Amino acid sequence: MIRISAPETAFEGEVIELKVMIQHPMETGYRRDSKGEIIPRDIIKHFRCTYDGNVIFEGEFFPGVAANPFLTFHARASQTGPLEFSWTDQHGETWTEQRLLTVS
Amino acid sequence: MPQDEQTPSRLTCTRRALLTSAGAMSIASVLAPLASATPEDADQAIRDIFGDRPINEGKVTVTLPPIAENGNSVPIGITVDSPMTDDDFVKQIVVLSPRNPIATIARFRLGPDAGRADISTRVRMAGTQTLRVVAEMSDGTLWAGTGSTYVTLAACVIG
Repeated sequence: MIRISAPETAFEGEVIELKVMIQHPMETGYRRDSKGEIIPRDIIKHFRCTYDGNVIFEGEFFPGVAANPFLTFHARASQTGPLEFSWTDQHGETWTEQRLLTVS
Repeated sequence: MPQDEQTPSRLTCTRRALLTSAGAMSIASVLAPLASATPEDADQAIRDIFGDRPINEGKVTVTLPPIAENGNSVPIGITVDSPMTDDDFVKQIVVLSPRNPIATIARFRLGPDAGRADISTRVRMAGTQTLRVVAEMSDGTLWAGTGSTYVTLAACVIG
C-alpha cells in the first residue's frame, strides 16, 4: 500500500511539500523468529521522485530506516507535469505511482 | 677495525626498531576490535563516502524527539541552510548512527529543483545516541549537524 500526499495545483515557483509512505516491513536481518532463526533481511533499497522526467529527490535506504518508509521532501513547481514516485526493494521489484501537478 | 664495531650496533638498531614496530602493531591489533561498533564506525562510514575532506560544523539542523519510547520508529527532521538555487544547492544528505549495527542509516540526493533542503523520515535507533547528519553542498563543502534522543526501548529488541 502506498500513500502519497501531493498538491494537485501550485503556482509557478512555489515550493510544494510532498509526503510519501510505502507499506513495507523493512526487515533488518538482525531479528530472530520464535524458533531462534534469523529472519532474512528484506528492505526497500531505493526511492526516487521525478518531476516531468527530471529527478528531484532520491533516497538510498539501509536497515536503519524504520518499517513503512516515510519521507517528506520538497519540490519547486515550474511547469505542469507528472510527479512520479518509485520504490525499489533489494530484489529489484519496483512500485510506481504518479500524480499530476497542474501549475498556473 | 671500524667495520667490526659498527656491524653489531647496526644490528641492535634494526632489532630494536623491529621490536618497537612489532609492539606497536600488536597494540593496534588489540585495540582494533574494541574500536568497532562505536562512533569510529560512523567516522569510517563518513570517510568511505566523502574521503578525508574537512567537515564544518553548522548549516545542518537535526530535529529529533528528546525521548523515544520505541527505537523502532523515531521521527527525524533535517533542514540544511541553503538557498537551493541552480548554482548553490544541497547535493547529498547522509544520516549516520554511532550505535546501530550499520552506521549509515540513509542517503538522500537532492537537486536545485527540490526548492528547499528540508526532509523528514523515520529511523531505527539501537539505543540512546547522537545521530550525525552530513550534508554535501554543490560546491563540494561538507557540513554536519547532530541530534540526540534518549531511547527507552531500543530497536531490534522487540518486533
